[in-house]
Amino acid sequence: MDETPIMDTNQYLSFILDKEIFAIEISRVREVLEYSRVTKVPKSPDFLCGVINLRGRVVPVVDMRLKFGMTKTDQTIDTCIIIVEIKIDDELTVLGAMVDSVREVIELEMHEIEPPPRIGTHLDTSFINGMGKKNNEFIIILDINKVFSLSELTIVNNSQSQVQELSGDIGTTSEMQEKSL
Amino acid sequence: MEKNKSDDGLVKKIFRALHTIKGSGAMFGFDEISEFTHEVENAFDMVRNGKIPVTRELVDIGLASIDIIKLMFNPNEGDEELKNRKLKIVEDIEKLKPSTSEISPTSKEIQEEIKQTPPIIAEEEGKEFTYRIRFIPEPDFEERGGDILMLFNELHKLGTCRTVAHVMNIPVIEELETDQCYMSWDILLTTSKSKNAIRDIFIFVEDYAQISIDIIDDGSSPHDEADYKKLGYIMVERGDLSIEDMKDILASKKFFGEMLVEKGIVDVDKVESALVEQEHVRELRKKRHHEEILSTLRVPAEKADKLVNLVGELVTMQARLSQVANECDDPELISIAEEAERLIWDLRDNAMSIRMIQISTTFSRFTRLVRDLSDELQKKVELVTEGGETELDKTVIERLTDPLLHIIRNCIDHGIELPKQREQLGKNPVGTIRLSAEYSGAKVIIDIEDDGAGIDLDAVKTRAIERGLLKPGVEISETQLFNILFEPGFSTAKELTSISGRGVGMDIIKKNIEALRGTVLVKSRKGSGTRMTLQIPLTLAIIDGLMIQVGKENYIIPLSAVEEIVELTRDDRKKTHGRDIITIRGRIVPYIDLRDYFLFKGEKPFIQQIVIVEVENKKVGIVVDEVIGKHQTVIKSLGKVYRDAEGISGATILGDGTVALILDVTRIAVSMESQTESI
Repeated sequence: MDETPIMDTNQYLSFILDKEIFAIEISRVREVLEYSRVTKVPKSPDFLCGVINLRGRVVPVVDMRLKFGMTKTDQTIDTCIIIVEIKIDDELTVLGAMVDSVREVIELEMHEIEPPPRIGTHLDTSFINGMGKKNNEFIIILDINKVFSLSELTIVNNSQSQVQELSGDIGTTSEMQEKSL
Repeated sequence: MEKNKSDDGLVKKIFRALHTIKGSGAMFGFDEISEFTHEVENAFDMVRNGKIPVTRELVDIGLASIDIIKLMFNPNEGDEELKNRKLKIVEDIEKLKPSTSEISPTSKEIQEEIKQTPPIIAEEEGKEFTYRIRFIPEPDFEERGGDILMLFNELHKLGTCRTVAHVMNIPVIEELETDQCYMSWDILLTTSKSKNAIRDIFIFVEDYAQISIDIIDDGSSPHDEADYKKLGYIMVERGDLSIEDMKDILASKKFFGEMLVEKGIVDVDKVESALVEQEHVRELRKKRHHEEILSTLRVPAEKADKLVNLVGELVTMQARLSQVANECDDPELISIAEEAERLIWDLRDNAMSIRMIQISTTFSRFTRLVRDLSDELQKKVELVTEGGETELDKTVIERLTDPLLHIIRNCIDHGIELPKQREQLGKNPVGTIRLSAEYSGAKVIIDIEDDGAGIDLDAVKTRAIERGLLKPGVEISETQLFNILFEPGFSTAKELTSISGRGVGMDIIKKNIEALRGTVLVKSRKGSGTRMTLQIPLTLAIIDGLMIQVGKENYIIPLSAVEEIVELTRDDRKKTHGRDIITIRGRIVPYIDLRDYFLFKGEKPFIQQIVIVEVENKKVGIVVDEVIGKHQTVIKSLGKVYRDAEGISGATILGDGTVALILDVTRIAVSMESQTESI
């Protein structure tokens, strides 16, 4: 994977997933949206929570917590969808990443970033570009292209595992009520 | 004629007679006569135009040529002598020309003038002139054999005509003599032919009619665009009106034409005729101006894409505006919102149509391919295309080219036999590949059909068993056998050619078509040909959809597939003892519940609706919770991430800004079939 973008930009958007701080390159981020109604696509993997309407465009949304093997995102007032631009098969694709909350844009110099640790994290390290440290906090810098590579997104779906609960929850949250595995 | 050297009429008569001989000669195939007469005619033409005076020699030549023409009707007598005499006369005529130019300097001038004028009036490729022809026949015109109707027919053949008849001279009915001609005509003719061509039409009637032909528009666009001369100038130019009268009238500032008639200076007819001329030329120039502007505009594809995206955003915004307007209950705001809605819908339709291109752009590429390939393989193949005007989204067409290429290659290489073989089989040695496209509901169906050898199913079977794709002795349906063709690496060709035979073609075809969410169907009969049918959805197009609800989600079923909607209660289900079938007017229709298909949990409502759809000529039912109604649906792609989504062909955005998924009924029906088969 191409590491050069790290050299070019040193600005990152940080966000929270399950109390941990993550960051992605700012150049990949198109915008940040408040959580809006997500339309679930039946028979698709759990972490793909559905599609939203981004000003007339249908954009798939990934639940980052489920993607990283955490429990599924609970809707709060802070829940955000980060719209990112990534390349899939050399084609620019727009995707939404649902996160617990978005924090801020931070600057990290090269010397503030360390290579990903081999152990000590429950995440698959291949997604990680490096570890940043700012104000005594560790920030996990994600390689967004790897997170959303097509092979990752279209993992063979065992449809039996994606039973969707539709038993009368209220409004917007009902779409998200998936049975966790 | 010798006596009366200055009789113009006589010369003209001779000329006409010769012209007639020439014309009828050519008509009946006496080419020699017509050629010869043409030479003689030339001589008299010069006389007619005053280029050469009538001399003794000329008359001699004339008489001699009459003899020869007479002889030529009887070609058996003294062929050689005839030829010599003919040549001599032609020579004599040639001699006449230079000598005459020496005789009088005036005729020389005329000759030069004539030399110069033709290029101006000559027919120029594509350039159109408009002529004003004033045709005033004498009262005894018809009596003398003139046929006005025929003249007009001839003129119409040359180009667009506008004719104004002058009827002022027709007397009251008591005095009317039925065999007299009282009318005259102004004819406006727009044609690419020269003035002479028009003159030729009138050539036989010149004597008993006044004819004048003027160029009023020479085809080039003037700077003042569509405007043409003022009425007054037209009439002065035609000699219907004097400049003094015109100035008088203009001073009184009314409608010029009306004034003229009022004052009795000019007839109503003449004014009318002039007005028609004005209108005709104006229209013509306007049209020309229009055509110049109305050319194609080349725009980069990204720009069109961006436009569509922007319009999409506008549509969503507009839906919100409408909603807010309705909530506010302010009539003024509502009316603005409605107007915006109408405009945006128009804008959207337009923006969408920009992206649609005709499939003929792809079809035309194959003509060359077929030629080259058939030459290489020493086969004779003709490509017939139909429905090239069918429009598909640009990206779809681009992605269709490759699969179509493969299919056509297969047709030529495997399908069409060698010409000799075809003759032995009693077929036309020239094979035909028919490529056609047509709309079918929300899909475009592309057929590729050849009249070649067809697919040998036995060979396919043997080969499949050889390759271990099929167990020997197992019965297999035709459709399944055809599907084996799409297996990667499968080929029945015994040897490789540079064109095909490696077996990589068919699976690529299927993959590409499926990537477009289309389907491939093969039908073939050994000996009589193969037909491949591609069904391609018109993505990005607007379709009529039926909005339905399952659970809390809205879905769209393409309305083109929907046959009818019936109710299904829990009691109905019990009656069929767990089998998902329903009887509609005596026919058994299987159905599938979307809740089961999409693995939704939760209690099914007591009353559900079955949407009966027709898929591949079979009726199946799709059970939904509720039918909401018709919905204009703009198909949006779900993108690569969801390309494996089963039973979903796309998405659309609803008025409230949420996304509804569009159901792929074909896939749902197919999965249902395989389920019932497995049971």
